[in-house]
Amino acid sequence: MLGLKKADLRLFLIVVGLVVFAPFLLNPFPESVGMAQFNAGYPDLMQKLVIFGIFAVGYNILFGLTGYLSFGHAAFLGVGSYSGVWMMKLLTMNVIPALIVSVIAAGLFSLLIGYVSLRRTGIYFSILTLAFAQMCYSLAYSVLTPITGGETGLTLSLSDPRILGAAQAADGNIPAAHIFGLGMGESAELVLGDWSFTFNVGYYLSGIVMLVAFYLAIRLFRSPFGLMLRAIKSNQTRMSYTGLNPRPYALAAFVISGMYAGLAGGLMVAMDPLAGAERMLWTASGEVVLMTILGGAGTLIGPILGAGVIVYLESIISTINSSVLHGWFNALPDWLENTLVNIMYPFVGSGWHLTLGLVFMLVVIFLPGGIVEGGKRIAGVFKRNRAEPSGDIKKSAEPGE
Amino acid sequence: MSKGNFTRRSMLMASATTGAALAMPTIFSSAVWADGHTGFTNAPGDSSVTLGFNVPQTGAYADEGADELRAFRLAVAHLNGEGDGGMLNTFSSTVLDGTGIMGRRVEYVTGDTQTASDAARSSARSMIERDGAIMISGGSSSGVAVAVQSLCQDAGVIFMAGLTHANDTTGKDMRANGFRHFFNTEMTGRALAPILEGLYGTDRKVYHLTADYNWGWSQERSIRAYTEGLGWETINSVLTPVGAGDFSSYLTPVANSGADVLILNHYGGDMVNSLTQAVQFGLRDMQANGKNFEIVVPLFSRLMARGAGSAIANIHGSTNWHWSLQDAGSQAFVRSFGTEYGFPPSQAAHTCYVQTLLYADAVTRGGSFNPCAVVEALEGFEFDGMGNGPTLYRADDHQCFKDVLVVRGKENPENEYDLLEIVEVTPRADVTYPVDHPDFAEGQLGTCNPGA
Repeated sequence: MLGLKKADLRLFLIVVGLVVFAPFLLNPFPESVGMAQFNAGYPDLMQKLVIFGIFAVGYNILFGLTGYLSFGHAAFLGVGSYSGVWMMKLLTMNVIPALIVSVIAAGLFSLLIGYVSLRRTGIYFSILTLAFAQMCYSLAYSVLTPITGGETGLTLSLSDPRILGAAQAADGNIPAAHIFGLGMGESAELVLGDWSFTFNVGYYLSGIVMLVAFYLAIRLFRSPFGLMLRAIKSNQTRMSYTGLNPRPYALAAFVISGMYAGLAGGLMVAMDPLAGAERMLWTASGEVVLMTILGGAGTLIGPILGAGVIVYLESIISTINSSVLHGWFNALPDWLENTLVNIMYPFVGSGWHLTLGLVFMLVVIFLPGGIVEGGKRIAGVFKRNRAEPSGDIKKSAEPGE
Repeated sequence: MSKGNFTRRSMLMASATTGAALAMPTIFSSAVWADGHTGFTNAPGDSSVTLGFNVPQTGAYADEGADELRAFRLAVAHLNGEGDGGMLNTFSSTVLDGTGIMGRRVEYVTGDTQTASDAARSSARSMIERDGAIMISGGSSSGVAVAVQSLCQDAGVIFMAGLTHANDTTGKDMRANGFRHFFNTEMTGRALAPILEGLYGTDRKVYHLTADYNWGWSQERSIRAYTEGLGWETINSVLTPVGAGDFSSYLTPVANSGADVLILNHYGGDMVNSLTQAVQFGLRDMQANGKNFEIVVPLFSRLMARGAGSAIANIHGSTNWHWSLQDAGSQAFVRSFGTEYGFPPSQAAHTCYVQTLLYADAVTRGGSFNPCAVVEALEGFEFDGMGNGPTLYRADDHQCFKDVLVVRGKENPENEYDLLEIVEVTPRADVTYPVDHPDFAEGQLGTCNPGA
């Protein structure tokens, strides 16, 4: 079905299920208990989970398949964001033109940067992309302020033309982003006893876009073109000796992943119409590398899982403060409570980077193939237990790719 | 690639499914399952109300953020009737009685802005969407204030700006749901210029070092307009990157430029570094054009003064509020803050504390948490007893108009908090600018948005 093999189709359906039922899955704790701190089922976070999923899936097409380690992908995300906001300023608050133009703008921009950077491989390529991204950041932060809004970021205003839509809403405010009249911020709430689940229009739009992007990525992975990209990773010299020029393939992969980044950037401003320069900072570029490696580079679902883990950690761990910790250990004797809080405090709140670093280290040391490898090992244990006599060990020892 | 086999049946089925999927959210939002909606976003229940305090807890302004958070905690305690009541006893409006806001206990959630627009908006969104905050306050940067203000406008909650000094917050980027108690660069220019004239005369040559972002430019534009009005000549103006750390390469050319005044349009860590280095370079001891070389720091704060140490001696600047003020409101606030934390509050703490009380007061006077009622209650509100003398929240741009302090770094500070002395309290009438001032043009408030 859908031109996918059975295993791929199953994976795709799992992702569809996750996206559709995320409002339930991410809100497992009732609102009144202390664990509600860990609930992630509110629109902002759910939107970010899928949007960064798109970003990481796209990055994986470059890094996972061709092995080119780009440290500048945040620049394309930023370009996508800025062009998205400009479309909302000039044309209409409908998000469709914004999304289309973000993808096109990021594609053209990545063509330019890719054409220059791909003259080199390995560490030199990484440094070149990093340099370009930092340049874009500095330009956006100060020099190009009339276009980018500088440090404040590019925002909508009442005096924007918006030639295809209304410049002002009926109540005299800036109209909200919408898709054919359905506002991105609109939500429905379902209250079941102590639980409350939020179904947000913006989230489901991002979710659908993410599923399409994921589907295209699967098709690309399984296509002859994907095979060419893998050939670049395994041995570029051998590839050229067989009479194939690797550069057009690498450039195509670079542009495709740039367009994915642009799509993610466009979706971000569709959900929250402001584009800030720090979106292009090198730490943002580094984050998508972490997401891909953490989930499992070169695997299909890995980047989505990696993006999920990092975005979740950032949003949830960083909001835990010392009074929340004290609340958890209230029942314990005072000295024990204080010791536990003191031990845990450096890892929460503004110290969430420390937690992320630990998780990342553990994964890289013990599971070089990322979360996906962890899942495979667990699955392998169960499989072996069930089918011990048939000796199915060889299969689980296959490389994670 | 698989062959597509589109039949009429599959087309019809596909379009029906798509239609149903698109219509789904509309069915849900038809308020059948939704509850608690009373015409505005995050309407509070009967027992408690949640406020969101969004302050920088990491990055360059973490010191200011920590102090703002202390002030917020104090304000919440006073609203709930704990502690000594602080400024509630001196505030000219007396509707707040220490029973929370309209009988609801005040609770709060906090977030980290990281002094970055994206992070600030995201933490504000999580406070609004997840924790049900009905008002967002705090922040220590104009970029963040502008970003969060527009978010609050779209979400339909009130934004009470913290420390934000650029004109744009209540100028180009003003919003109906946003209010600023802090002063701005235009007021700094108006307050500082007469003092500078009295001290340094009318024949001066100025060199500007300006932080290369929104606030820096705003500050430079205002101060240039007023110093050039005095007859001072601007020799050069150099933009420095934010967080540069080392300013020596920017300071070296100053000595031989022919300038005799250096204006540092820097704030926070940048100001600490650039001022300290300028003093170490010996600029203060220099003679230029037959006059003593002078340094001016337009926006001063005690936290920065502490960072710069002895370098601030005899340097002039402006500030929104200082703990050594002798009026009853300031005294009451310094007393409760000191009792609670053991040291006096900064101007960032003061403005955040006052903003929280003003919000609570506006809700009570307006009789509703509805943002439109709050906006109506705050617009044109005239009050006193909050440390800055009689103050007006102007209806046209949601900016507070009050006295501005011109301060000077003390030569011999007695302790680590007693670093600034007040040179002049510039009266409100002198710093009030017309609504149609060109630096504030092209901004439109829009109308209040109560959200869903």
